[in-house]
Amino acid sequence: MNNIKQEDTNKYEQTFNERDQKFLEFEKPIQEVSEKISALKLADIGNPAIKSQIESLEKDREQLIKKIYSKLTTWETVQVARHPQRPHTLDFIKRIFTDFDELHGDRQFADDASIVGGLAYLNDKPVMIIGHEKGRDTEEKVRRNFGMPQPEGYRKAKRLMRLAEQFSMPIITFIDTAGAYPGIEGEERGQSEAIARNLAVMSELKTPILVVVTGEGGSGGALAISVGDHLSMLEYATYSVASPEACASIIWRSSDEAEKAAESMKVSASELKKINIIDEIIQEPLGGAHRNYDLTSEIIKKSLVKNLTSLQKLSNEKLIERRYQRLLKIGT
Amino acid sequence: MNWLTRLIPTIGTSKSKSTVPDGLWSSCPACESVLYAPELEKSLFVCPKCDHHLRIGARKRLEMFLDGGAYKEIAADLITKDPLKFKDTKNYTNRVKDAIAASGENEAIVIASGKLESMPVIVAAFEFRFMGGSMGGVVGEKFVMGVEEAIKTKRPFVCFATSGGARMQESMISLMQMAKTSAALQKLKAQNLPYISVMIDPIYGGVSASLAMLGDINIAEPDALVGFAGRRVIEQTVRVDLPDDFQKSEFLLDKGAVDMIVHRKNLRLKVHALLSKLYKQK
Ligand SMILES: [Zn+2]
Repeated sequence: MNNIKQEDTNKYEQTFNERDQKFLEFEKPIQEVSEKISALKLADIGNPAIKSQIESLEKDREQLIKKIYSKLTTWETVQVARHPQRPHTLDFIKRIFTDFDELHGDRQFADDASIVGGLAYLNDKPVMIIGHEKGRDTEEKVRRNFGMPQPEGYRKAKRLMRLAEQFSMPIITFIDTAGAYPGIEGEERGQSEAIARNLAVMSELKTPILVVVTGEGGSGGALAISVGDHLSMLEYATYSVASPEACASIIWRSSDEAEKAAESMKVSASELKKINIIDEIIQEPLGGAHRNYDLTSEIIKKSLVKNLTSLQKLSNEKLIERRYQRLLKIGT
Repeated sequence: MNWLTRLIPTIGTSKSKSTVPDGLWSSCPACESVLYAPELEKSLFVCPKCDHHLRIGARKRLEMFLDGGAYKEIAADLITKDPLKFKDTKNYTNRVKDAIAASGENEAIVIASGKLESMPVIVAAFEFRFMGGSMGGVVGEKFVMGVEEAIKTKRPFVCFATSGGARMQESMISLMQMAKTSAALQKLKAQNLPYISVMIDPIYGGVSASLAMLGDINIAEPDALVGFAGRRVIEQTVRVDLPDDFQKSEFLLDKGAVDMIVHRKNLRLKVHALLSKLYKQK
């Protein structure tokens, strides 16, 4: 867990203009207060009466956020993980690392923009970063296929991992995908093999691998870059064998039961920590990562530095044996 | 529905159950020809009319494959403990009980140690009748125990996979079995012990995207359907009609996913011949 105090988490430095903030259904009460605040801000801010009213409403809002976010249902957590303004891999790369050089292509077929990767520094130490990227505006989302990889995405990731191994640098992956893209070309180009190969390769890669599930961890598309030595999840991220909708249509024969499926599959970080699937829950700022990109990044960075330092004390042989033993324990 | 399926209940009930076993007659799912059980057994459950490879159980598969139908089973007793306390319209524990009753197996995989043309081998066979051959914690664990036995005894490893994919009811534990089985196979590879993956109709999702695709040699039975995403899901996503042969063995061969397609009647000898080239018995 991070050492950031609660006071700090309240310091907003909003990435989205307050007026552009998108609200989820269960955030309606927060939205109402926010709208009042925005309206007052348009009024005479120099007026001390209005100013104190704004301050009082902002306090109310904070309390409201605290209250609502302290008891999110599983389905509400899924919505936060999918929030349209949730920070993505590139947002994190920009804030956590320096001097990022993106590397493109699988050297076999294409460059898959739904997985980004490249070299950067983490506190002056070179690292390889790989992560899903959903894209922000419509054009970018389409170009990145909404973060759903094709085989070449996994193969690019594998190439970059081998590169990292060759030059003895740790690998940090960010997981945020609804899943592998179910298309014709993916099947033609060996989607299954591409995922399987990554799992096999990652199991014996001679360098530390740290995995952070930042948003949606969906099925094989997520797993293909998340076999590692330390697996953490942001507080409101999710991780499951299939999307709740897909699970619902398989088990309940209706995607309308996604809410039930999400609960049954235990998709939340807190549930997955309980059954030892993940090592760490990375606490998010008050009201979720989308309310404060900088602080979220800062908290992730602390976790990465701490865990990398301890993993780097292990020899490669120990590291790989430890990685294997960790996998063997799951499901026994 | 054809004439035979309408007729079967009549045949079954009109004669004494003690002398005529259930399911003596069936029909080919592909060409609807009438199939007679003793004949079918002889043809290794391949339709004599159209060559369709019928689905068979894990134990039948092992008996057909291994010398004299003899083998020693590994980890036969493992049963899932319902790690997520998964509940849908039924408790998972009850679903498992039903699956055990329906398939006669404790889980969706059987691991065997036996001989193939006198060559000692470790074989894994999936049981499709057990929750669609889906992989949860126990399936992954048994598979890995099989691989580790192969490493310990320096034997080749053969897997007959047929599976709907990772088992939903164990969610992340199922997903992680993909990584676990793949990691174990990588250990086998490091020992220069061969792994032959035989793909049996059908294989999808998490089993396709892990152990099934990682063979040193990948073999498919004719007309097997193998893919990551199911046909219906793809059709709904891309909104086009898919060609008939999509994800079938010929398609897999054409796209480079498998080394060869082998008819069931040639499978034993072909796998043995391949292993003989790859592996020097110690
Ligand atoms: Zn037939």
